[in-house]
Order: sequence, then structure tokens, then C-alpha cells
Amino acid sequence: MTRDPSLVAEPDGPATNPTNASTDDGGRRPGGGDGFVRYLLSKLGGAAISLFMVVLSAFFLFRILGGDPVDALTRDVPTTPAERAALREQLGLDQPLSLQFLHYLQGVLTGDLGESYQYQQPVTTLIGERLGATVLLTGTALVVAASLGLWIGARAGWRQGSRFDKVQVGLSLTLWSAPTFWLGMIIIMVFARYLGLFPINGMVSPHTPPGFWPQTLDTLHHLVLPVLTMASVIYAQYVLVMRSSVLDEKGGDYLVTARAKGLRDDMVRRRHAVPNALLPTVTLVFLQLGGVVGGAILTETVFSWPGLGLLAYQALKIPDLPLLQGTFLFFSSAVILANTAADLVYRFLDPRVRHA
Amino acid sequence: MSKRSPSPVLSARGLEVDFRVRGGRRARAVDGVNLDLAPGEILALAGESGCGKTTLARTLLGLVRPSAGQVEYAGRPLAYSTGALKSYRRAVQLVLQDPTGALNPRHTVYEAVAEGLRIHGISDNERDRVAEALARCGLRPPERFFLAYPHELSGGQRQRVVIAGALVLEPKVIIADEPVASLDASVRGEILALLLRLREEFGLAALVVTHDLGLAWSIADRLAVMYLGRIVESGPTEQVLTNPRHPYTQALVSVLPDSPVDRSIILSGEPPDVTRIPAGCRFHPRCHELASGAAEQAGVAEACRRTPLPVLGTDPTDGAPAVACHLHAARLTPTADSPK
Repeated sequence: MTRDPSLVAEPDGPATNPTNASTDDGGRRPGGGDGFVRYLLSKLGGAAISLFMVVLSAFFLFRILGGDPVDALTRDVPTTPAERAALREQLGLDQPLSLQFLHYLQGVLTGDLGESYQYQQPVTTLIGERLGATVLLTGTALVVAASLGLWIGARAGWRQGSRFDKVQVGLSLTLWSAPTFWLGMIIIMVFARYLGLFPINGMVSPHTPPGFWPQTLDTLHHLVLPVLTMASVIYAQYVLVMRSSVLDEKGGDYLVTARAKGLRDDMVRRRHAVPNALLPTVTLVFLQLGGVVGGAILTETVFSWPGLGLLAYQALKIPDLPLLQGTFLFFSSAVILANTAADLVYRFLDPRVRHA
Repeated sequence: MSKRSPSPVLSARGLEVDFRVRGGRRARAVDGVNLDLAPGEILALAGESGCGKTTLARTLLGLVRPSAGQVEYAGRPLAYSTGALKSYRRAVQLVLQDPTGALNPRHTVYEAVAEGLRIHGISDNERDRVAEALARCGLRPPERFFLAYPHELSGGQRQRVVIAGALVLEPKVIIADEPVASLDASVRGEILALLLRLREEFGLAALVVTHDLGLAWSIADRLAVMYLGRIVESGPTEQVLTNPRHPYTQALVSVLPDSPVDRSIILSGEPPDVTRIPAGCRFHPRCHELASGAAEQAGVAEACRRTPLPVLGTDPTDGAPAVACHLHAARLTPTADSPK
């Protein structure tokens, strides 16, 4: 994601205008707040265009994919050709593609994503029901991975070349290279099958007594392994990005200045290096906020976690076109929104971007 | 050792700093330096890049630990415990070359200047102290600069903020590493005038590291010329610059406008490498006196190539420059081969 420097040239500077107040040669003159409006509009415009492209591709992508939903839906039941034709008509698949597309567009614009073939429920309802489980899983994984990763990464970068650094980088690269589904299966084998510490799949066991506490505790118990899997994979990026970001800051003269003023080394890291090194990771956190929702597909499938990822995976097997379109639209919009948010937040965090 | 009349506020005694470089070789960035800085004195430390002057400055600040020798502040050796260093750093402050890098880009001017106060737990009148430091450095009215970020200031203003950040702790010594090298010519004069005024008003002593002899000429009382980790000539600025005795100083001075050296001497030979310090006089591979045969005539050529020179002491009381050169020694006492 690039920031267009021409659009951020006008800073909305602080209330004071120090440039006029000194004996030195003139510096940069802060401009009005009008630059920000332009910046905002350009970012929102970009997001709108991306969204539109997503809406278009969601329809065609899954039709190019092939596979006949009617075949899949009637696989286990003997059917006559007449029954199949009736089903096809009921699903609207007998209509020409252009008409189907128009219906789809109309639906998207009015907030109606159609009805799932296999569940025979509105797609929006299905997404609404499953969203909670995905947010719980990915949210927890993201928080765990980001906080641990940033903390470890900052320390590794600060002591570059130390054994701690080498071990952490090695570990991160290994985890990063591990495929999610493979790691998930290994984790299931070790922690669920051999050690028997955690349930293998699902979110709540059927025989858990009703009531808030038993249900919550059982959900948390089920949550551990999927979160471990997901966090392990995304954790590496935080470690590596934070580490290199700290390395960039480490050469900064302002750290020497702070040290020369008498600041202890770990305080130099905490007060100066880490806050500044965190800036680039803001973008990463936001990108993943969107991406992780979609990235949950693998983890949710391995652990049969009843979230959006599993829903999308099940829809893909049919293919359940409305459900696929719906989840695809949802995942993509999440990424686009998160990107836009990252751009806007970054601008407020870093005074330099305002004048770039 | 004879001391100059006021006892030095900061001194280096036989300071050596080694670095390990790639391939396991040792680089001796500072190789035996004696230096005295009197209260209210401005001492310029000049030399080419890579001669060890920045390392020397950082060692004097306690940022680098010497491999041998010691730094003395007010006559007492500098201890490297956390607490001792902290109180030392209240008294000796650093000003770096590039004010853009020296300021945290995400801290406002107020935060940058107040940081020293906060580190040292000085919490009374923080606002007034910050305002006063900024005003002293010519940023007036100071309140207008409080909330500005470094990128909103000009280079000269930034350097004033850096100096204000050092001054706010009311130090006795400022160590400035190329303080004006990254500034425009018009702003340089103002920053140098500021340093001189601070010395005048507050008796601040300063060690100014520079590669620019013109700068040394304009502000320094004394000048020490450094070559490959050692001081090769030191003395009152005027004497060193108008009558350079060491061939290296002569070469540096000869290329200045209105140079007292009648021809310009272009240094030849390989640039200095701290991992391979030549035997004998460390300057001899590039020395024009040796190349021209002047050393041969004086009968010291062999000494130049073989005999190591003693480390210069601090300046003698009579104010005469100290010079580390076999030829110079031979000319002073023509009969002796290698005196001192």
C-alpha cells in the first residue's frame, strides 16, 4: 500500500507557527487543513473503486470456477431429470448469465446477498451467525501474536546478533514457513491426541451443561489450539517487521543524544526506539485485521471451528454460489476497510507523514 | 605533570580505545591521547575523517569505554557505574553534527528540551527552565516553539533546539561533534556565535570536534590536531595555525586561503587505516618532509620509519605547542638524533 506523497504535501501544522519567530532562515510553512480533506477523499475514493471491483469479480470468479451446484446438492438422493430441472429453476440457474448478474447487482446494492443453496437461509443471516466465532478466534490470535511478536521483535532487534536474537529469528522463520493446515494437524496430534489436554475440534462440546460459565469455559478450552495455530503463523511477521524496524531506528542520532543525557539503555529503547519503530507495524496490524478474517479459513477448517472460514470452505465444495459471493465480499471488504483505516491512522500517528 | 593555571575541568589521560573489526583484527581508534580542557576554554579537535576524533569525543562522554587510560572530570577519574555516569552526564553534554537526526522526530521541541530535566528528576519550574534554555539559544519567544516538531523547523533552529536541550541541564562542558558541518554557511556563523556567547555568559567549556580548521580559527582557544588516533600537534590556535610545525598540520594549513605555508601540500599515499598503523612515526608514509629528503638531511629518516614517537603530554605551561615529529625534535636540538 503506497501513500501518494503529492497528496500529503500540505501539512496541517500545530497552532503555533515557529517559522516566523526566529532569526534563522525560513523553514517550512505549515499550511491549512484542506490537505487532509483531499487526502481523505482520495483514500475513500480508492477504497470505493476497490470495493466495486470486488463486487464484480465475486460474481464471475466463482462461475468460472466450474462445478454444478445441482449435481452436488442431489448427490446423495436419486433424482429424475425433471426434478433436477425444477431445482435448477428454483435456484435461478436456468436464467441467462446477464440476468443473473443483474439480480446479483440489485441484491448487493440493497444489502441482500441471496439465499444459500445448502442452508436455504439468507446469506447475510448465515454470515451474521458465524461472524462471532471468527472474530473470537482471529481477534484472540491477532492480539496474542501482535503483542508477543512486537515485544520479542523489539528485544531481538535491540540486541542484534545476540543468541536471543538468533534463536527468535530462527523460530520465527520456521513458524512462518510452516503451512497452517500442517501446523494445525501437528498441534492436534500432540496436544489433543497424545497429551489429551484439549478437545480436537468444534467450539463447544454437545454435552456441556447450559449456563454462562460452563459454556464460556468450554469455549475457551476449545479456543486454545486454533489460536495457538493461527497465532504461531502470523506471529513471525510481527517479530521480523518489528526487529528490522528497531534496527532502522537503532542507528538514530537521537538515541545517542538521549543516552548522552543520561537515559538508561533500556529506557532509551522503551522511550525512543520502540515507539518510533512501532509506526511501520501499525500498517501491518491493520492489514492483518482485514486479512486475518479470511486467513482463518485454513485454521477453521482444520479445527472445524464454526466461523466464516469454515462456512466459506463448505460453500466452495458445492459450489454454493450466493454463500461464496457473500463470504468473498465480506472478506475483501474487511481487507479494504482495514487498509483505508491504516492509512488514516498512520497520518495521525506520525507527524512526518503529514508533511512527507 | 605541570598543570595550566586553572585546573582542567575535563581531561583524558593516556586514553586508548580499541574496536574489534571483521576478521578478528583490532582497530585502535584512539591510541594514547592526553588532553586537558580548562573551565571556559574552547578546544578544537581537528583531523581527517576516520582519525578517531569522534570516538575520542564519545569516550570523553562516557558513551564508549576506553580500553586503557582514563577520563577525568574535575580531577576525579570517571566511574562507569550507572549512577556515576548519570551524574556525569548532567555536567557534560553532547551536541551532534546533524540536528535532524539528533532530535526524535516524534517529540516536540518542548519534550526534546525537557527530556534531560526529566531524566535527572528536576521537576521544579520545568516550563520556565525549558523556556529559558530556548531563549538563551535564540529561539524567541520560546513558547511559540514548544509544540513544534523538528520537521517544522529550519536546520539552524533544530541545532538551537539541540543546544538548548544540552544547556537546560546547566552543564560545565559541551562536547560538540561537528556542530555546524551540516548547516548552511549563513547559519554556521550564528551557531558559532551562540557557542562563544554561552562561554562568555556561563563560563561553559567546549570541546569542538571538526575537520574544518577555519572553524577552529574562529572560535577555539586551543587546537589539537589528530592523526590516526593520536594527537600530533597541539597548542594555542593562533600559533598552531600561523606556524604549523608538524608536517601533517602544515599540509592541512597549506590548503587554506591566506595560508602561512607558502606552497600547498597535497597529501599523497594511502589514507590512514586504523587496523594497520605504520611503524615509526604513523604519518611517515604520507610525510612530504620524508619524501622530499628533508628528514634524510636532518638524519632522522631512519627514526621516522622505525622509532615510535612518544605520546604527547598535555600542553606545557609556557603555552608553546607540543609536536610529535622526529624532524621537529631534531631541528630543536640539532645534535641529538632522537631526543625526548
